[in-house]
Amino acid sequence: MMMETKIKEYIKLVKKGDQAAFEEIVLFYQSKVFAICFRMIGNRHEAEDIAQEAFIRAYVNIHSFDNKRKFSTWLYRIATNLTIDRIRKKKPDFYLDAQVQGTEGLDLYAQIPADQALPEEEVESIEIQSYIQQEIMNLPAKYRSVIALRFVDELSLIEISEILEIPVGTVKTRIHRGREALRKRLRHV
Amino acid sequence: MIMKCDKQITDLMHEYLDGHITKKDEQTLRSHLQTCPACQEHFHELKRAISLVKANSDLRPSSSFTSQVMNNLPKERKRIGVQRWLRMHPLLTAAAIFFVMMFGGVYSAWDQDHQLSYPKGKNLVVEDDTVIVPEGVRVDGDLVVKNGNLKIDGEVEGNVVIINGDHLMASTGNISGEIKQVNEIFEWLWYHIKDISRSIFDMTSK
Repeated sequence: MMMETKIKEYIKLVKKGDQAAFEEIVLFYQSKVFAICFRMIGNRHEAEDIAQEAFIRAYVNIHSFDNKRKFSTWLYRIATNLTIDRIRKKKPDFYLDAQVQGTEGLDLYAQIPADQALPEEEVESIEIQSYIQQEIMNLPAKYRSVIALRFVDELSLIEISEILEIPVGTVKTRIHRGREALRKRLRHV
Repeated sequence: MIMKCDKQITDLMHEYLDGHITKKDEQTLRSHLQTCPACQEHFHELKRAISLVKANSDLRPSSSFTSQVMNNLPKERKRIGVQRWLRMHPLLTAAAIFFVMMFGGVYSAWDQDHQLSYPKGKNLVVEDDTVIVPEGVRVDGDLVVKNGNLKIDGEVEGNVVIINGDHLMASTGNISGEIKQVNEIFEWLWYHIKDISRSIFDMTSK
């Protein structure tokens, strides 16, 4: 709450032409914006690229931001829109949407035997992290965006619906299905 | 394996995990979980999946992230400065716009017509570049002659303005108002400004 009001002050300064004040905003939100983009696109380099562009766009369009609204909602909308555009422009993604409804069944990663996954004590390890991300990447893009927003920043369903500009009911359905899919994919980890 | 309770109960699990569950539904879920190992397992797996995804979420961008963003921001301070100045001085801005447009318009009017012009249909006679009000002719109202001389042998009931020309005196001529001769661009401008302000005051006084 304190931070939100501080951010609003920085935004006022940016609107007055104080470019340096924008640095505080970037520092505060960079990790979350990056993590959301990464969860959606699955590649560090691209995620960083998109996240940087999101901040630049936020800066350029700062005058269209209404200070009465929540800044993160506006910023995350820019970031998720950019990521969705990038996903659409990419080459046909043979593994992304291949297994849409059937969260079970065979796909590239389901073929990796469960007991090859690393033991639980190493949850923090890079391998596990990339394995989890690969499982997220097996979900359709529209599920990934909801999952990213829900689990990176613990956003409420209403906030997610505002960011993605979809009805709350749709957000709910996607979170439920996304959770079920992840449960099945990660139960052996 | 699949029990009848599955769908209804898993819905409750998700609502619980969303943080949107009624007290009554939460009670239903709790008492069911105590009696149903399959649902218990399911619920446990859901929570575990979430914690795995969350444990992973201390993803950090590279340390140069912020500086890269800052270096790629458009350099628009000057533009913002000008915009801000304009916004803070609305009166000066309006005055500046007014003068630019007025001088522009008046100058182009000055530049364009070098042709002799005078009011038609008033029995005036033209000889070379001289407009003559012949003897016995009476002009009612103001008389404006541009780019030519004016010789008044008759009468003018009003003001006379001669732009870019001379008033050739004739002893017999009679003018009831003033005579103004305008030859330089600044005088032309001054004449226009007076003209505009007079029409503004006329408008406001009506």
